[in-house]
Amino acid sequence: MQRRLRPLTASLALAASAALVSLVGCGGSNADPANTLVLYNGQHEQTANALIAAFEQKTGITVQVRSDDEDVLANQIVQEGANSPADLFYTENSPALAFLSSKGLLSSVTPSTLAEVPAQYDSPQGDWVGVSARVSVLVYNTNMLQASQLPTSITQLADPRWKGLIGIAPSETDFQPIVTSLDMSEGATATVHWLEALKTNAGDHTYPDNETLVAQVNSGAVAIGVINNYYWYRERAEIGASGMHSKIAFFAPRDPGYVVDVSGAAVLKSSHHQANAERFLAFLVSPQGQQIIANTDSFEYPLDPSIPAAGGQIPFASLQPNPISIAQLGTGATAVALLQQAQLI
Amino acid sequence: MSVAVGDPGVIARHGRGAHRRRTPRVLAATSVIVAAALLVPVVFLLVDAGQVGEASIARLLFRGLTASLLWNTVRLAAVTTLLCAVIGTSAAWWIERTALPGRRAWAVLVILPAAVPDFVIAYGWLSAAPWLTGYWGAVLVMTLGLYPLVYLPVAASFRSADPGQEEVARSLGLRPATVFWRVTVRQARSALLGGCLLVSLALLAEYGAFEMLRYQTFTTEIFTEFQVGFNAPAACALSLVLVALGVIILGGEASLPDRGRTSRVGPMVARAGSRLSLGRATVPVLVALSLLVAMALGVPVGMITYWLVHGGVSTLPATTSLLSATLYTAGYSAAAAALAALLALPVALLAVRHRSRWSRVLERSTLLVQALPGVVVALALVYLGTNYLLPLYQTPPMLVVAYAVLFFPLALIAVRATVARAPVGLEEIARSLGKRPLRARLEVTLPLIAPGIAAAFCLVFMASVTELTATLILVPTGVQTLATQFWAFTSNVSYSAAAPYAAVMIALAVVPALLVGRWFSRNQSPSATLQP
Repeated sequence: MQRRLRPLTASLALAASAALVSLVGCGGSNADPANTLVLYNGQHEQTANALIAAFEQKTGITVQVRSDDEDVLANQIVQEGANSPADLFYTENSPALAFLSSKGLLSSVTPSTLAEVPAQYDSPQGDWVGVSARVSVLVYNTNMLQASQLPTSITQLADPRWKGLIGIAPSETDFQPIVTSLDMSEGATATVHWLEALKTNAGDHTYPDNETLVAQVNSGAVAIGVINNYYWYRERAEIGASGMHSKIAFFAPRDPGYVVDVSGAAVLKSSHHQANAERFLAFLVSPQGQQIIANTDSFEYPLDPSIPAAGGQIPFASLQPNPISIAQLGTGATAVALLQQAQLI
Repeated sequence: MSVAVGDPGVIARHGRGAHRRRTPRVLAATSVIVAAALLVPVVFLLVDAGQVGEASIARLLFRGLTASLLWNTVRLAAVTTLLCAVIGTSAAWWIERTALPGRRAWAVLVILPAAVPDFVIAYGWLSAAPWLTGYWGAVLVMTLGLYPLVYLPVAASFRSADPGQEEVARSLGLRPATVFWRVTVRQARSALLGGCLLVSLALLAEYGAFEMLRYQTFTTEIFTEFQVGFNAPAACALSLVLVALGVIILGGEASLPDRGRTSRVGPMVARAGSRLSLGRATVPVLVALSLLVAMALGVPVGMITYWLVHGGVSTLPATTSLLSATLYTAGYSAAAAALAALLALPVALLAVRHRSRWSRVLERSTLLVQALPGVVVALALVYLGTNYLLPLYQTPPMLVVAYAVLFFPLALIAVRATVARAPVGLEEIARSLGKRPLRARLEVTLPLIAPGIAAAFCLVFMASVTELTATLILVPTGVQTLATQFWAFTSNVSYSAAAPYAAVMIALAVVPALLVGRWFSRNQSPSATLQP
């Protein structure tokens, strides 16, 4: 009996010491809590890290970052309520911020910070600031389609001629602004019909996210799709220009499918470090912060009009999107209801 | 009474004998606390779902999509569970009971797929066979990812089973196939049913792979509610449907005829059985196992290798070192595995040794958490943490507890199967010889159920290593684990940069798999070969 107890004792001891190591030795840093900010980050982790590194160097304030999908973070902040450890929330799209704003969880942003970017890209309530922008575009496989065959309006994608050729990613948060935009231009009934036709045309080519969609268009699994501009540039950066068998194209000016969507940041009302957190927002929209966004591989448009985006993209100022406002985009609740009605989600 | 042959009666006590013994208060109290902790997420669901108006629940539930989601969920669970049962039991029998060449290597290889993130299995298959989406894709990928949940408890059960029963059956002239069905499978019955339970519940909660495979189930719909609607209450309301499905599955299993405990008889030391020679079946069995390993492990590992070799240089900088992520992952997962195995012990002892209606309900209730999507469990812990346990929120102990809660069912099934095999009589003899009850349990029963505890540790460890949803929500701010880094890169299409993290996840799982394998081979006598 004694002999057989030994491996058991040994492994229990091993497990216990592993437990101890993880409980005692891990987690957090020893930074001074008064001089530390916690950022809940839904943006590209690498972009956020580049911004944080520069901010820490400039101000001496430490920023700890927790990255996750913006929707999970938004729900998490709501659950945490007044005890949220987060000071800041940085998202890829405005609806997540609008959602927290509607719950009254965000602090007002200093007017001078808001003034750094064009007013139409800030929170209508003044409780978050726009940081960067992305635009919806067509991506098409150049072996399967000519530029002349492309639709000029997103409404044409409902045409049966795109059946089996189009891929969609309807559960992407990036898809909602397009639905909202279409709803504003064409009305709810027409939008649901369009969504249903799109669902039929896409069939099996319904993808979980835009990363997959752009890869599938590039590989020729489908001929065409609607994505945000930067996914194509990310794909190109990752697999190299020689691997690209696709191009992006814009819809006609002010088409409902031609939508600019804003990435933004906010200070939480529950934060005990309001002043320092404000400094972080100010840094994001400062020329230094905007230049970092332009330099990183996220390929979004900085909202500072004087700083061009990476990757040789056409200037932000020359985009001609459907003029829908941040307030109209809202939390995306209407778009979600329409998507549900069309049974796409 | 399930023991078909040879029962010395006094030593191996079954069924009614256990009723007469009083339930120790400490055991009952510990089990109640564990069960209560595991029901927290369900309570949270009920509270949160209460915030949604009936109209909006009805709008979500009563539409055409719901019926097709239900049908998708049910037909997938039925077929996949059956396949997992067949594959897991056959592999366990070949590896544990026959003189299969290279048994030790196979024993490690067949459990490793549990350590491959579903996403990687799905991605690997989709790259190799892009047409493999929808129902059959989901069946294939989930079977390959989940059969270890059947294999591990069944193998542990075979290991600790009494070889004497098979020997007696054979000596009485029964044919090998009859021995297999009448004695061997019956000995592993509790483990097999438990494994099937885990597989079917896990299928209810699965998300990542289905998203890749474009197969819609109830859980993918719940995630969409979170993702695009920020509608946690609606997602919780939909999760209640999963709870209901889970209760139906648990109730269905419980209604199967109760066979009681099947403890080993004869010599009271673990004795390895003589191994059956496979004879002419050796080659087909080796081919079958090779095929299984190639499909479950080869495809995803090939994918990772491809990323490593052809991915080129990622443009994205790493935010942590591979070593640091590995150490955090290993530490958290080992602690969670030890905790879950420890907590499973009282519940398993109570359920097996002190059978009653309430101990059965209590034990079953702890399995429900397996049917809940990770994000729901994690948000319940967020609520609990920020409202009642603030100093612990987003600290390592909280994450460890979260893993232990999420994967408790894996530990329970593995431990319970071997507790059912350990005779009460031995512990009673030790006590009659003057040992104190706890000492008797530690010195007599614990070694007998050690294979189950080891299997529990192994299962929970591997599950924790690849866990992502709860990790992102509850990991200490600033800490990166292998899974979070893998996610950070893949969500930016940087598969080449993500590949090393996936490779290390699998490598990490080799450690417990090897340890478990070594441990058992130590206790086994050199295999003797019997002609069937």
